[in-house]
Amino acid sequence: MMSETRSSRTALKSRNLFIGVALTSIFALAALLSLIWTPYDVTQLDISSKLKSPSWEHLFGTDHFGRDTFSMVMVGAQTSISVAFIAVGIGMGLGVPLGLSAAAYRGGLLDEFIMRGNDLIFAFPSLLIAIMITAVFGPSAVNAIIAIGIFNIPVFARLSRGAALPLWTRDFILSARVAGKGSARISVEHILPNITNLLVVQGTIQFSLGILAEAGLSYVGLGVQPPIPSWGRMLAESQTLISIAPHLALFPGFAILLTVLGLNLAGDGLRDLLDPRIRRTRR
Amino acid sequence: MDIGPGEICGVIGESGSGKSLTALSVMQLLPEGATCSGSIALSDIEILQADEQTLCNIRGRAVGMVFQEPMTALNPVQTIGQQVAETIRIHQRVSRSDAMVQAAKTLRKCELPQERFPLSRYPHELSGGQRQRVVIAMAIALQPKLLIADEPTTALDVTTQAEILRLLQRLVAEDGMGLMLITHDLAVVTDIADHIIIMNNGKVVERGQAKALYSNMNHPYTKSLFKASTHQPERLGQVEDTVLLSVQNVVRDYPMARKSLIKKPAPFRALNDVSFNIYKGECLGLVGESGCGKSTLTRAIMGLDDIQGGVISLNGKDVFADETAREKMQVVFQDPYGSFNPRHKVGRLVSEPFFRLGRSATNDEIVESLVSVGLEAEDRNKYIHEFSGGQRQRIAIARALIIKPELIILDEAVSALDVSIRAQILDLLAKLSTERGLTYLFITHDLTVVKAISDRVLVMRDGRIIEHGDTKTVFHSPHHDYTKKLIASAPQIQPVEGINI
Repeated sequence: MMSETRSSRTALKSRNLFIGVALTSIFALAALLSLIWTPYDVTQLDISSKLKSPSWEHLFGTDHFGRDTFSMVMVGAQTSISVAFIAVGIGMGLGVPLGLSAAAYRGGLLDEFIMRGNDLIFAFPSLLIAIMITAVFGPSAVNAIIAIGIFNIPVFARLSRGAALPLWTRDFILSARVAGKGSARISVEHILPNITNLLVVQGTIQFSLGILAEAGLSYVGLGVQPPIPSWGRMLAESQTLISIAPHLALFPGFAILLTVLGLNLAGDGLRDLLDPRIRRTRR
Repeated sequence: MDIGPGEICGVIGESGSGKSLTALSVMQLLPEGATCSGSIALSDIEILQADEQTLCNIRGRAVGMVFQEPMTALNPVQTIGQQVAETIRIHQRVSRSDAMVQAAKTLRKCELPQERFPLSRYPHELSGGQRQRVVIAMAIALQPKLLIADEPTTALDVTTQAEILRLLQRLVAEDGMGLMLITHDLAVVTDIADHIIIMNNGKVVERGQAKALYSNMNHPYTKSLFKASTHQPERLGQVEDTVLLSVQNVVRDYPMARKSLIKKPAPFRALNDVSFNIYKGECLGLVGESGCGKSTLTRAIMGLDDIQGGVISLNGKDVFADETAREKMQVVFQDPYGSFNPRHKVGRLVSEPFFRLGRSATNDEIVESLVSVGLEAEDRNKYIHEFSGGQRQRIAIARALIIKPELIILDEAVSALDVSIRAQILDLLAKLSTERGLTYLFITHDLTVVKAISDRVLVMRDGRIIEHGDTKTVFHSPHHDYTKKLIASAPQIQPVEGINI
């Protein structure tokens, strides 16, 4: 009976990863596909076909302008994924070097400066600041990316500093110093390759948060502007029509739910696989 | 194996022999995927048939366990009183204060009286030996029938090791416990065990009464283990008169953390007027216990840490003023697992010292250094995790040799290795020294190793060199009291006459 529990637990773990990756891939593929083809043109208005229920002609139905919801969800995937991806890219690209520098010169002024800067950004509620930035500089995809990106920077800075600090005490770093290598070179050659596992896991999770953030911003009208579809804006537009056309809220809502769920499952599964700190022992 | 009450059974084996797994299977704390068959009977309880409830009852109450690393065995955010009391409260329905009283009694029994070690102390405020006593107290708090000690003294200094072993012996005598003492150190076991079991590759290869075993070794593995423990590598190199490394009046201070807002605390002096010379071709041993300043000295000699006074020069060049001096020095570290970047291939790892020379290693140079330590040319394309501990130390030596240094500092380089592998590595080092005219600074706390390989020896304590001289002389007739104490604490294997090995 003991072995049953044990093997079912490991099966559960890898099943999570599998489901997570599967879900995420579906939306990623939909996004890619939408670059070259969607069933209907999302910019084409066709008032005569407005507010149709889901049917074989329009898989997810149509909205109040006659636009095909299925195509809009596909292009919305493109929007969400690209915004979240670039934002995480900004977070990693700026946050990881900051974190590594803080760890390399630990205890010094640079370390203090970077960590207090992190604290400053963390102190502000992210979505509110994102709203403020896009409201001040004008709502657009680029501003949404920047706003979300800014909030990813301290996350990766803190993570990479935390993961780098214990590595600095290891003998192989001492060996590199004996060879005459400086802190910057050691950070890139030795520390960075050993923290990529943690960065991948965190990146996945930040990706899912980025999608939520993008949806939130476009819900209040501050993200991607019309006519480019976005799941968040689709939710906002469908609010008043929810009693007559619930499918308009259901499909983008499920899209957000499933993508974020998929990414979280994938992140958890990857962590179980990759994180060296988790002990893999019985009980 | 059988252990009776009041008996000490020594289980000897090298890494991978299965000794730790045997201990864990008594407690049924095996890693995921391991299964157990056969029979483990504790008094009248058959452990392999017991359910989890019974097992939880047994752990801590009928069987206690002491592990190798005292720091990781203790919770750093709980006081020592709380941790010992926790063991008691898990198994007995006593109030918190009663449990604390019992904890105090147990700690006193383990030589940690409350007057000097109040229950409110935290693990980080204690030394390694004191922490191990707390762990022992936790294990014996409920007077278990069996105590399993898995390499309890390996991480401790020689003098502390002697104290802990005496403590264990005393506890066994007082409480009538059985003790399963697992170790790789033959000498430790000879001193205190009643009977001995030798394991290799998961099997028991020999067993017998302790003293009798040494005059009556049957299994070839036992004989090779014994031979390796007392192995002396052949040294044929010539010691010259020229001074290679000169360390003069070196002082190294560490700033201490502020305790009060106004007064700046006095710095901690890790190296206090240290002076010695190393002559070309010799192997100088440096002996000292933890905290004496050996590692600080290593880093100072390598030019990695600044010194606050004194001069260190190699071949006449000041190590701090002239960076080219460092090209002739290399280091081999203690931990074969932590001294390499797990993401790089061996070829890249071994050629890292070339950075100091401003160029990359040629393929020939990499292959040559690997071959000279007994490895293959193809090994340069493998990752470090594909090698065993002994092989990794060979790779570490290859890395140290590759830019053809004159001085190699070995910082506890063989301490983490099994006895038989250690003998091989010492042989390798002796051979290389002869072939290439290398000079060694061999830092260790293991007196057996120092005796085996060094020509002269320095004894270090609290940042000072308190004794120095020829190895034979220092060990035969030590001057300083501390040296005498050190030599007396080190467990010895008595070579028995008439063994045909």
